Amino acid sequence: MDFSFTAEQQELGKQARAWLADRYPLDRDWDAPQDDAWSELAELGWLGVSIAEEEGGAGLGFLEEAILLEELGYALYPGPYLATIGLALPWLGAEERRAVAAGETRWSVEVRGLVPWLRSVDRVVVDGAAYDARGEELPTVDPSRPLGRLEHGEGTPLSGARDVARSRTAVACEAVGVAQRALELGIEHARTREQFGKPIGVYQAVSHALANTYGDVELARSLAYWAAWCVAEGDEQAAVAAAAAKAFATEAAVAACERAIQVHGGTGFTWEHPLHRFYKRALWLEGFGARPAQLRAEVADAVLGVTIGV
Amino acid sequence: MDLRDTPEEAAFRGELRAWLEASLPEDKRGWRGGSQRFDDGFGREWSRKLFEGGYAGLTWPKEYGGAGAPYSYQAIFLEEMARAQAPPHVGVIGLGMAGPTIMVHGTEEQKQAHLARILSAEEIWCQGFSEPDAGSDLAAVRTRMERRGDVFVVNGQKVWSSFAHIADWCILVGLGNPDAPRYRNLTYLMVDMHSPGVEVRPLRQLTGEAEFNEIFFTDVEVPAGNLLGEEGEGWQVAMTTLLHERGTLGFALTAALEVAVSKLIDVARERGNGDALARGRVAQEWIELQALRYTNYRALTTYERTGIPGPEGSVAKLRWSEQNQRLTKLGRELLGPEGILDDGWWHYQQLRSRGNTIEAGSSEVLRNIIAERVLDLPRSR
Repeated sequence: MDFSFTAEQQELGKQARAWLADRYPLDRDWDAPQDDAWSELAELGWLGVSIAEEEGGAGLGFLEEAILLEELGYALYPGPYLATIGLALPWLGAEERRAVAAGETRWSVEVRGLVPWLRSVDRVVVDGAAYDARGEELPTVDPSRPLGRLEHGEGTPLSGARDVARSRTAVACEAVGVAQRALELGIEHARTREQFGKPIGVYQAVSHALANTYGDVELARSLAYWAAWCVAEGDEQAAVAAAAAKAFATEAAVAACERAIQVHGGTGFTWEHPLHRFYKRALWLEGFGARPAQLRAEVADAVLGVTIGV
Repeated sequence: MDLRDTPEEAAFRGELRAWLEASLPEDKRGWRGGSQRFDDGFGREWSRKLFEGGYAGLTWPKEYGGAGAPYSYQAIFLEEMARAQAPPHVGVIGLGMAGPTIMVHGTEEQKQAHLARILSAEEIWCQGFSEPDAGSDLAAVRTRMERRGDVFVVNGQKVWSSFAHIADWCILVGLGNPDAPRYRNLTYLMVDMHSPGVEVRPLRQLTGEAEFNEIFFTDVEVPAGNLLGEEGEGWQVAMTTLLHERGTLGFALTAALEVAVSKLIDVARERGNGDALARGRVAQEWIELQALRYTNYRALTTYERTGIPGPEGSVAKLRWSEQNQRLTKLGRELLGPEGILDDGWWHYQQLRSRGNTIEAGSSEVLRNIIAERVLDLPRSR
């Protein structure tokens, strides 16, 4: 039993944190169009993390992608990494993977009739076939994450396969990053904001809310890493672990942002403060694909057996 | 990262499972906790069996009767005990609190005198920390410990002391020097519960049972050789005890929760299986059990790597207690109209769970600890 990342994996996380903090700072111009820095991600090697070396990747695995997804959530990275690496990659064949690692093609996947980032990706996977990304885009709760309705043109069959557990775990990892950032913003404010002559973090109504968030974040992290390990190892518990992780981690992220907004008082309710961006990302992650209640129904099927009647 | 047992861990797990199968009488499975742990002498007998099997004090050094094994073995032990629904070792306070404290602060003579006897259940220990006017605020204790030559004379009252009515020894914190500043005025003694002047009165709880007690000390003479640490260092010694109380608790609690969740799943299958909302709530309890389990594993790996318990371990007791309250209510609810009956399990568990957020550090204190020591928020006091 060893539930920790290797020194190399921890280093990857640290480098990602530092690069993203520099490239996507909290005081960025949020309302301007966001650059996804795709070619830079390719140079960093993030697009080919789990792609074989002979296909131009790093030959690592899903655990490393999980680490990056968490950091991308933490930094509120705007581009379609989740769509390309988290959702589409398992569908792709060698040729398509090579183009992904080189940063030449961005991908997305149609999920329940909707395609994330439809207008900013090149190709879309629908049930094992690839289509050109064309169609109408709809705004969502998170303005940096539109969903689109694909105009189905000519499809080309793909040689890969669906991996629902992997997709859900990717979402859970991003949610852990969002939750962690919301917690840190809340802590920072509670340490520095003074009322009645004291930092508001001395008041237990404030500090206990943040302690609750800490508990949520740590439990979410444990589930997300457990699911990531199951996915990386092809463990038989991958499906139930991923359902558990996505349900818990996305709810934890939403709650973490809501508590952070409350801790910030009026400032937290302003457009100017970036907290609402994290909150909207958390809501998007919670609502994308299967929602927590549906995921819990799947977990119930696994632990209780499938329902009879009703 | 590898969440599987190593070959050595798998071998240990296999041996333990077979040993439990062979050693635990069928009618002693399905332990419900509470005062049952004091019943009919089986507790001591079973604890002795665990000791002889080599399963008591797995992580303790061999020279004091332990097995010198890594912490992962203790985690496996607790998981398998839960799976077999086996009663735990009766020496909860000795194993989890008194023993580790003696190991850190005790003299060699004190270690030789007590440690192996704690493991074999020849000595049952209790804890004398809380007082009627000093609960969460341990530094406010008033029990006097007056040095007179070779003895300390102890006078005072302790409360909420589990096992005191069957205990042979007590770890006792009292006021050694009332004139010294706060945190430097306390003394920590090991007190023989069979000494003249020690009186134990069981306290009846809202469950109707008496698991814990008041202890009255009237001119009790304690040999100076029973001092742990130095006079006036009682606060530091007590912190060691509490660190171990909370530090090693995670796996034991998750193991207990494992039993509770499997009972909940049984009820749900029998009664509420068609109700989508109920199924979702049962699934949520299963999910949070896994979350706590893997959080413990993360804390354990950190501990084995660094020797310092990971901060994530601090949430275990807080979350367990709240989950146990929620899920025992759910168990009764799933029973429908029959949930009102005293069924011998859910009725008891639901009432007993109200103590979970109070005992061993109230939830309010635990949130303060997380806020101040983990999140580094300004101190509230």
